[in-house]
Amino acid sequence: MRLTAEGVGWTIHGHKLLDDVSLGIAPGETFGLIGPNGSGKTTLLRVLAGLQRPKRGRVLLDDRPMQAMPQRDIARSIAFVEQQADTHERIGAREVVELGRTPFLSPLRPWTEQDDKIVHRALEDVGMLPLAERLWHTLSGGERQRVQIARALAQQPRILLLDEPTNHLDIRHQLSILRLVKQLPVTVVIALHDLNQAMDCERIGVMEAGRLVDLGTPEQVLTAARLRRTFGVQADILEDPVDRSRIMRFRCAL
Amino acid sequence: MNLAATLHLPVVLRWRWVWLAPSTLFVAVIAGTAIGETAIPLETILKVLANRLWGAEHVVDRIDAGIIWNYRLSRAILAACCGAGLALSGVVLQALLRNPLADPFLMGISAGASTGAVAVTIAGLGAGAVTLSLGAFAGAGLAFSLVVLLARAAGSGTGGGRSAQAAGAIILAGIAGSQLFNALTAFIIAKSANAEQARGIMFWLMGNLSGVRWDDVTLGLPAALGGLLVCLWHRRALDAFTFGADSAASMGIAVRRVRAILIAVMALVTATMVSMVGAIGFVGLVIPHAMRFLVGNRHTRLIPASALAGAVFLIGADIVSRVIVPGQVLPIGVVTALVGAPAFAVILIRGTRTR
Repeated sequence: MRLTAEGVGWTIHGHKLLDDVSLGIAPGETFGLIGPNGSGKTTLLRVLAGLQRPKRGRVLLDDRPMQAMPQRDIARSIAFVEQQADTHERIGAREVVELGRTPFLSPLRPWTEQDDKIVHRALEDVGMLPLAERLWHTLSGGERQRVQIARALAQQPRILLLDEPTNHLDIRHQLSILRLVKQLPVTVVIALHDLNQAMDCERIGVMEAGRLVDLGTPEQVLTAARLRRTFGVQADILEDPVDRSRIMRFRCAL
Repeated sequence: MNLAATLHLPVVLRWRWVWLAPSTLFVAVIAGTAIGETAIPLETILKVLANRLWGAEHVVDRIDAGIIWNYRLSRAILAACCGAGLALSGVVLQALLRNPLADPFLMGISAGASTGAVAVTIAGLGAGAVTLSLGAFAGAGLAFSLVVLLARAAGSGTGGGRSAQAAGAIILAGIAGSQLFNALTAFIIAKSANAEQARGIMFWLMGNLSGVRWDDVTLGLPAALGGLLVCLWHRRALDAFTFGADSAASMGIAVRRVRAILIAVMALVTATMVSMVGAIGFVGLVIPHAMRFLVGNRHTRLIPASALAGAVFLIGADIVSRVIVPGQVLPIGVVTALVGAPAFAVILIRGTRTR
């Protein structure tokens, strides 16, 4: 399933949060979205997820304009994991994941054994099966993020959108969430803060002041010139002696 | 996570309350009919019911029959309807606005109703052609509309889409609207009421079920049942709001439509109840929390449990209000607050301790 943005724009109080963004996400790819704070990553993800209608341009799901689709139909194809979701309710991890079946249920289409299997599978995929009966507020930040990803997987989406899922997590949990996301057999669009983590994406888009200023493979995009221009930092590209991969070291630009 | 699940009761046992519910309600209604200034034996009540419902021909004292059928029974049934309606409104508003302090009167409904009531009874609006109930209903509707307009204006100022701001805008607009209408009420009372009128209004505002007749039941029962059905129909949507409106939208809930429908229906139910019996506090706040504690957060169970508990609780509160001070009827709102406030404290303390 192909997700396309065509000239998408979003303004608030005359302030441009998104400006003429055009982007095509190919089926099966892992697409990284980077950019400084306030560059429009979250707004773009929300528009792509159908949570926010663009004020200009349009978003297409295959050939269907998303504006004309019921929220329910969108949710059967696209799942969205917020940067930080929280609740005061006393709710168990499994119950959170069960919420992901919402777009497939209705007052006339009750919960079935099939739904139980999908929820079980989703919990298994994120490695949360042993903690499935724990209460939400007893889980750590990394565990909560896993539960939210499982909730999104229970929607059986073709496209998964994640907004900085590694934020506020310690390094071990950051890496395990990223490994998990990479292994998922769905199209992934992921906003990331850590540029070295973005290296693992197949393609990267760079946001700057609401515009998509660059698009390509990590090697094409993450150049010293680009990092200086968009992020205002001096970057040196190094080679990891262990696996020969590229890593970046950052310094304040002079 | 709920009591039944943590105790590992078998499924059959967990669902036993499904048929327990109507019987509990029936017992409560009978108790509400039997207990009062003159206690009436159970046998007489059942005979009167049989006479009326199945056309049986038991011999019953006519005065007893009159009290049972025309006063006590209609009163108990309306108490049940009001309790259920207010509790459901509390469940819905707490879920949609994600605020544990949300209650049915949050949207300015009780403040508007009291303004409408004093406008009719004290300021003489409508020149006698308008009843207190109609005035209260109109006032509630007016206040609610104003709060919604205010919330929309405030919400669009913050970009509209973001859920937390939208919910916050509703709560702030509700507070502003309530303050405005409370001030209007105070103004009318201060300007034109004598002490006796002011006392009467105070009494009505705290909730008053005396004077309830079958006419009221024919309005209250459809309102309560309609509210229950609308809530049950949207139970999964309400569940989906657990992590906020954005999360609900990403799971396919048409957030604006669902929120508009549910808040409008609950405002209508609440306004109907308030216009008949006054603003009975604490039911809509405490019952949903108590039921979350007992049956968990899932609305499939929470909705029927809250409706039942609200109904039984208000019948009980009505009985207490009638018998606790001999020869005098207390406003029912005094009883619900006296029972509700400590109960709420206990729930809060136990709730945080189990975390």
